[in-house]
Amino acid sequence: MSGVKLVSVWAVPVFVSLVLVVGVSRRVQVFDEFLAGAGDGLRTCVRVLPALVALMTAVSMLRASGIIELLVEGIAPAAGLLGIPPEIIPLALLRPVSGSGALAMLENIYATYGADSLAGRVASVLQSSTETTFYTITVYYGAVGVRRKRHTLAAAAGGDGTGIVLSALAVKLLLG
Amino acid sequence: MLNVIWVGIMLISIAAGAATGKLEQVTNALLGGGEQAITLALTLGGAMCLWGGVMRIAEKGGLTALLAKVLAPLMRLLFPGLDPSGAACRAILMNMAANFLGLGNAATPLGIRAMNELSQLNPEPQSASRHMITFVVLNTASIQFLPTTVATLRLKYGAENPLNILPAVWLTSLGAAAVAIALSHLFALPNKKPQRQASASRRKAKA
Repeated sequence: MSGVKLVSVWAVPVFVSLVLVVGVSRRVQVFDEFLAGAGDGLRTCVRVLPALVALMTAVSMLRASGIIELLVEGIAPAAGLLGIPPEIIPLALLRPVSGSGALAMLENIYATYGADSLAGRVASVLQSSTETTFYTITVYYGAVGVRRKRHTLAAAAGGDGTGIVLSALAVKLLLG
Repeated sequence: MLNVIWVGIMLISIAAGAATGKLEQVTNALLGGGEQAITLALTLGGAMCLWGGVMRIAEKGGLTALLAKVLAPLMRLLFPGLDPSGAACRAILMNMAANFLGLGNAATPLGIRAMNELSQLNPEPQSASRHMITFVVLNTASIQFLPTTVATLRLKYGAENPLNILPAVWLTSLGAAAVAIALSHLFALPNKKPQRQASASRRKAKA
């Protein structure tokens, strides 16, 4: 654990110092350049905001509606056939749409079944190796004003599905 | 596609809420979602300013160009036809580096910068280019070397060895990313020609 802690504590300060030292030694006007870059960041943020409002409204409605619980009951038998523990299905369904929701669900799984249970391990792998797909797609395309996203969602969903099946398989193979 | 999904999610939520007797909660979510988004944007805004500024210094100091040179073969494989030393490639690499180290707060603003660069190379700004799709899919698949948040949570809940999941995480995230990228290239095949023709006719119209 101390290795992880070491990296997570040192990664950002080391990286920022490196950038600053190299910048100064190459005679970059560091303060002025920082301001220019920060200004770009703020403008982008404003551009993403409408898409964010649309998405987060829809996702919080979905979570409030109770449909995820209904879906879990329907999917559980099929998931069992693929070797996916039924306890992680709510997490698998929430993961692509809500980052904070998925994290809360993960804690719930740890608290109920234990971090070292099969469900706990598969959930850990799933959470670590997938992303908040819908949020990423909305924010990235929203920032550049792309309307036609073509086959992005289909490809990303294929990756997410692979992640769910593989996480159960990998835990079985590597952690037995 | 997101058009249909967005409307679908909202209507299904309302219908399901009515069926499960949670309509009131759904209404509250509908009215409160915007507020949540603004809060998130404000949080994200600080990080975007910070990392936008830091990256600009890194670029002026020549750090990103160095990274691009080292990883050029990988970039040629993932983004065929994109200049490996160009601004777009450099921005993509910085985003991938942040993702790899589990620095989610830094990865998003860097990724948006990469999208801006890719957008400038896109002959049809309204429509996602091939490289944009590969890049976004790469981000949704999240290749992470060190899942710091999950490791911390596992420790908190008494896992014997919080990091024993690492090999499984690497296998899963690489496998999922490989499938997603393969799919993005596969789905691109029938679309390639019409896109090129469209951009050619646009150029003609401009001339």
